[in-house]
This record gives sequence, C-alpha cells and structure tokens, in this order.
Amino acid sequence: MSIQEVVEAVRTRFGEALQEVIEFRGETTLVVRRESLVDLCRFLRDDPACRFNFLSDLCAVDYWPERPRFAVNYHLYSLPHNLRLRVKVFLEEEDPVVPTVTGIWPTANWHEREVYDLFGIRFEGHPDLRRILLPEDWEGHPLRRDHPLVVEPVQFSFNWREIDSRKPYVRE
Amino acid sequence: MGAVKEPVAVVAGQKTGEMGVALTTLEEALEWVAAWGRTRAMWPLLFGLACCAIEMMATQASHYDLSRFGMEIMRASPRQADLMIVAGRVSRKMAPVVRRLYDQMTEPKWVIAMGDCASTGGVFNNYAIVQGVDEIIPVDVYVSGCPPRPEGLIEGILLLHEKIRRGGIRSSR
Amino acid sequence: MAIREGEVQEFTLEQLKHLVSERALRGETILLNMGPQHPSTHGVLRLLVELDGETIVSVVPDIGYLHTGIEKHCESKTYTKIIPLTDRIDYLSPMSNNLAYVMAVEKLMGVEVPLRAQYIRVILTELQRIASHLVWLGTHALDIAAMSVFLYCFREREMILDIFEMVSGQRMMVSYFRVGGLWRDVPEGFEDAVRAFLKLMPSRINEYERLLKRNPLWLQRTKGVGVISPEDAIAWGVTGPSLRGSGVNYDVRKAQPYSSYDHFEFDVPLGENGDVYDRFMVRIEEMRQSLRIIDQALRRLPKGPYITPDRKVTPPPKEELAWSMEALIHHFKFWTEGFSPPPGEVYHAVESPRGEFGVYINSDGSPKPRRVHFRAPSFVNLQALPIMAKGCLVADLVAIIGSIDIVLGEVDR
Repeated sequence: MSIQEVVEAVRTRFGEALQEVIEFRGETTLVVRRESLVDLCRFLRDDPACRFNFLSDLCAVDYWPERPRFAVNYHLYSLPHNLRLRVKVFLEEEDPVVPTVTGIWPTANWHEREVYDLFGIRFEGHPDLRRILLPEDWEGHPLRRDHPLVVEPVQFSFNWREIDSRKPYVRE
Repeated sequence: MGAVKEPVAVVAGQKTGEMGVALTTLEEALEWVAAWGRTRAMWPLLFGLACCAIEMMATQASHYDLSRFGMEIMRASPRQADLMIVAGRVSRKMAPVVRRLYDQMTEPKWVIAMGDCASTGGVFNNYAIVQGVDEIIPVDVYVSGCPPRPEGLIEGILLLHEKIRRGGIRSSR
Repeated sequence: MAIREGEVQEFTLEQLKHLVSERALRGETILLNMGPQHPSTHGVLRLLVELDGETIVSVVPDIGYLHTGIEKHCESKTYTKIIPLTDRIDYLSPMSNNLAYVMAVEKLMGVEVPLRAQYIRVILTELQRIASHLVWLGTHALDIAAMSVFLYCFREREMILDIFEMVSGQRMMVSYFRVGGLWRDVPEGFEDAVRAFLKLMPSRINEYERLLKRNPLWLQRTKGVGVISPEDAIAWGVTGPSLRGSGVNYDVRKAQPYSSYDHFEFDVPLGENGDVYDRFMVRIEEMRQSLRIIDQALRRLPKGPYITPDRKVTPPPKEELAWSMEALIHHFKFWTEGFSPPPGEVYHAVESPRGEFGVYINSDGSPKPRRVHFRAPSFVNLQALPIMAKGCLVADLVAIIGSIDIVLGEVDR
C-alpha cells in the first residue's frame, strides 16, 4: 500500500470535501472540510486500504494574522501499512469549533483537551472538555499568537514600600 | 572534631569578659548544641519538581552519597522535614502547592532554591513559570546551574550548615 | 496572573461526576487524593483515585503542575536556540529530544547529515536510553521497596554521564546535536570510555536482572498487575516499551529508520501479557539491545566531517573568519538572525526511551518557527493509566505508574 493509493481512495470517496492535497518533504497532508472530518477519519481508520489505526498526534496551529486563523492537525499512523498521513482542518476565528474524534481514537481525548486549553478551540461532543495543563481559573489561551509570552512583567524596582505592599511575605 | 574545639572558644569568650560568665557559657553552649543538632541530622523534604530532582537523586545515590552529611533520609511528609530543596521550575499551578508544603513544615525550617529555574526562572521567562521561588517562599541558599552538579548542591548544603551554625538558637524564621 | 496564597486547585464531585462511577455519587466509594507531592508519583503528578475498600474503581489524573510553556517559548527563538529548550522537556533523555528536534529541522531545510555524525548520534542516543532506563529501574524498584537496585543503577548511570560530560561539557542538559550534525567532534578518549562501558555493562545488567527477575516479592507485585490489551494500547496511543510489553511490534527505529538505524542489527523485545512485569522485562532487554547497537556503531564509526558543510545551517569554521570578510558577515548573520527554512510543515518522530517522541514544526519562512509542537510519549502513555489501574489494589497503583515510566516534564511541557 502506498500513500498515493490512500489519497486516491479518499478522493474517490469524498470528492469535494477534500479541499487540497499538499506534498512537502515527503509528507502528505489532506486538507478537509470540517463537516466531513469525522466521516473521513472513520473511513481512514476502517477502510482496509488505509487502516490508520493509530493517532500519533493532534495539535493546533495559529496562523494569526492570516485567515482562516486556526488549523487542527491530525497526525495519523497506520501500523499495518507503515504509513504516515496528516489531516488538516482550517477554522475561522469567529467559530473555532471542530467535531471531536474521541469516538474514533480514544487517545484524542487529552490531545483535544490540551488544544482547548492552550488555543481555545472547542471540540464538539468531547466527553470531558476541561482545562488540562493550566489551572481551572486561568484566563486566556496562551498559545494563541496574539497572547504575550510573559504575562507578569518583570519588575526591577527598588521601591521597598511598593514591594512590601505587593509581596507581604518578603518581609517575613 | 568540632566537639573538642568549640567549648574552648566559649572559654575564650569568658576571657574577653563579654557578659556574665555563667549565662554566656550556658547560652553559647546551648547554641552550639542546637546548631550541631540541626546541621548533623537535617531531613530534607522528599520533593522533586523537574530536571534538578534527578540531580538531587544522583546526589543521594551511591556516587555522591549525601549521607556523609547526615542528610540521606528524605522525608515524604512535610511535618517531619526541616529542609525544602526546591529542585526545578515552579509553575503557576504548582506555586500554591509549594507554598502549602512550606507552611506545613515545622519550625525551624530552611529552603534551598536548587537550580536557575527555582532561583530566577532560568531560561523560562514566560507565562507559566514563577520567576524564582522566592516570590512565594523565603529562600536561604541559592544554587546556580541548570541543573547544578551534585557537587554544587552539596556546596549549597554546606553553606546552609554554615549559616545555621552562625545564626544562633533563635535565628530560625 | 498573580499567585494567591494557598489556592490549590480543588475538585468537587460535581465537576468529576462524568469520570467517576455512579457509586461515588451515592457515597458508597471514597475519593482519595494522591499527589502532587507524593514520593511515588515520579514528580508532580496528581491522581484522584476512587476506591472501593482497597480496590481501584477509577483514576482521574490531574496534570499540568509542571507546565513550562516550552512550545510558546519556542516561537520566540531562532531555530538553533530552541535546542537547549528541548533538553528540558524530557530531562531523562535530552539526547533523544535533541535528535528529534534537529532531525525535524533538517527535514524542513532538506539538509543531509554526514555519516559520522549520524553514527555518533546513534551511539549517544542509545547511551541515553540506557541511562534513562537505569533511572527508571532504580526508581521503579524503589517504589516497590527494593532499595539496593536504586544505588546500583545510579552507579552505572554516572559512567554514562561522564561520557556525556566529555563530549558536551554538561552532565544532563547536553544540547550536543546541531542542525546538520554535532556541536563538535567527539574528543579523544571517547571511544575508549564507551568501550570500557560496553565491557562492564552486560554483567551489570545481569546483576539487576538476578536481583529482581525471580525475586518472589517482585513477582507478586508485578505479575498480572496493570494489564493492558494490545487493542486498548493502540487505541489509547500508547508507545514505547509500554506498548511492546503488550506484544505490539512497533518501534520507530525499525518501522521508519532514521539516522541510519537500518545499518545496525538489533531485536525489538516484546512482552506477552502487557503487565508490569512484561514492561519491566522489555526494558531490561532493551538495554542489552542498545549495547549491541552501540557496539556495532563504534566498530564501524566512519571518519569524516562531523557537521554538514552546507552553510545555510552551519556557521563558517573559525579559521575562515581570519581571512574572509564574507565568512565573518555570514557568521554574524547566522548567530544574530538565524536561518530561514521554506514555509511548510514537517513532523518527525524518533523512538525515545519512553516511546514515539515526535516534533511538529510549522514554518512561515521567517527565522523563527510559527509553531513547534512536541508529541510527548509520556503524555499519551499516562492517559492509559486509568485503564491499567482499574480493578487493581491501591498499592499496585505505585507499581503501575512506575512501569509506564512517565517524566512529568514531558507530560506537561
């Protein structure tokens, strides 16, 4: 089985829903419409020609200030055929929602929680969509490109009164 | 051995006539005994955060052998520990936990900030990491390095022992 | 966000009701908090364990206590300057992380690496695998109350760290690999040091095995504990020795060879039952296979350059700066600006001691990446913990956590 045959199989089955096929450095990326993502993923897992039974990674990319702003990448691996494939979905800034694939690969659970936590992309139908890495009461999504790297500015102050009022424990 | 030398120093203090003879001797002797006890059997909290924790383990293990300084017993419970070695980067989510652990330790207690991340935030000047553990708890000794070599940690511990010896009986925070 | 005192994240039953059993809601089982400061959680893992007596009904891991923001940090650094950050993801195997990252950048740039550099990379990553497994074995045994193994393992680990210090100047955070090759060639005495290690290590591995393999206490704590079926392991994305312990033959070194791993003969050890004992045996055997690879690579270590002559990704050699103005300018530009890969995205995976360690890089054509993502094996493997632990005793939880061999720095990144 080669990756070309997989791409052909997907193209005949899904036609319009497959927006683009990108070849870069020997890696194949399928850009698909959000509506047919779950069907396509199920097809890729179950079809005997594909059998991508292993979701090795799921991550999001923020293309800010370009549009569409977000993309979610699914890095698939086929244990029986020893093939790798990337499936990509683009999302608009106003509507960062994508259907979950936890029903197809259970391992997507934490990956999707991580993307939700760091990017604020919501996964429809996810069984447990909570923050995973940051505290529950954290505000914002730090991996967005318009989020600053340093949240608390470094203070080089010798105003002891101010420091005391800000950090009472220093006096202890 | 220090045990022979130190009382001689007390006698020397008498000669200079600093204070009342009996009181000075008793207090200084007590201080010496307290410092001796505190430094010779210091129990660190079994508490590792990141990379430095591995070097802390290496310090305890066969090659560097921390038990030479009476410190091989790491206590898992903060109630039984008197030294907290903050080994690694402290994240914003972990910071309240570190603070609570420190509060749970019984007096007298000391803190070593091991490594650059615990001392200043290190290379991670970003949203997730507390820029130095001294933002949340008072630190006695900072050990530099990313991660510090076991010799570095031992040096820091000896420095802390020196500090305790000099500090006197009431110097605990 | 400021830190407010004593504000440890609390969970209510209401928040977790979809993760625990019905009986917990009726108050028939108890919820127990374990971590983030616990001697056997290998760092700052927090588990909420639902117990029926001593039997585990469900486990809810709570991670993120070591979230370092490395992925965000990478976006503000040039490609070369990210290498030191990758060390600190999985601090038990910095070499593997370096390798995965530099190979991903090489793929993005389309750079060929000289054979000598590839072989040295293989030697060092396999040494790192042994060092990592030694820490795992020591701490895992310590969790199951076998103290002496810990002391033995760290004794041998120091030999490996000495070799690392010899080549890179640092014991742990080596940052030795560069895009296109290595930082420097290995120093004199490197081959002798590795040979000495190769000579000593097989007997030491036998020693650890003898201490534990037929030890009745060890067998009782590990046999039939924390079982995961091959189907579950694949579905939950488990990789590395934890997957191979269940008998699934997936090793990135064999499946998609990189850095000339296909030049060497080695076996992929497999388990049968997928329990703690099998994962233990797989790792012990992996150390032996690593020794085999190092031996072959050292015998056949070719002569030649240690870094690619491609000036796109390497600075000009120092002696050239003395007479060439162009070289000086290039040197300056290289270290201040960095190099710019073409726009595009790559994913490259290596077999780290814990499993498939993947690096995803998205480049927008500027000297700094748009996005770097690390596929951390510990993060994914830890997800399978609730499945392994279900129905076990609470004391076994410690053995199971040890057998997955998680590194919290990698889980939280």
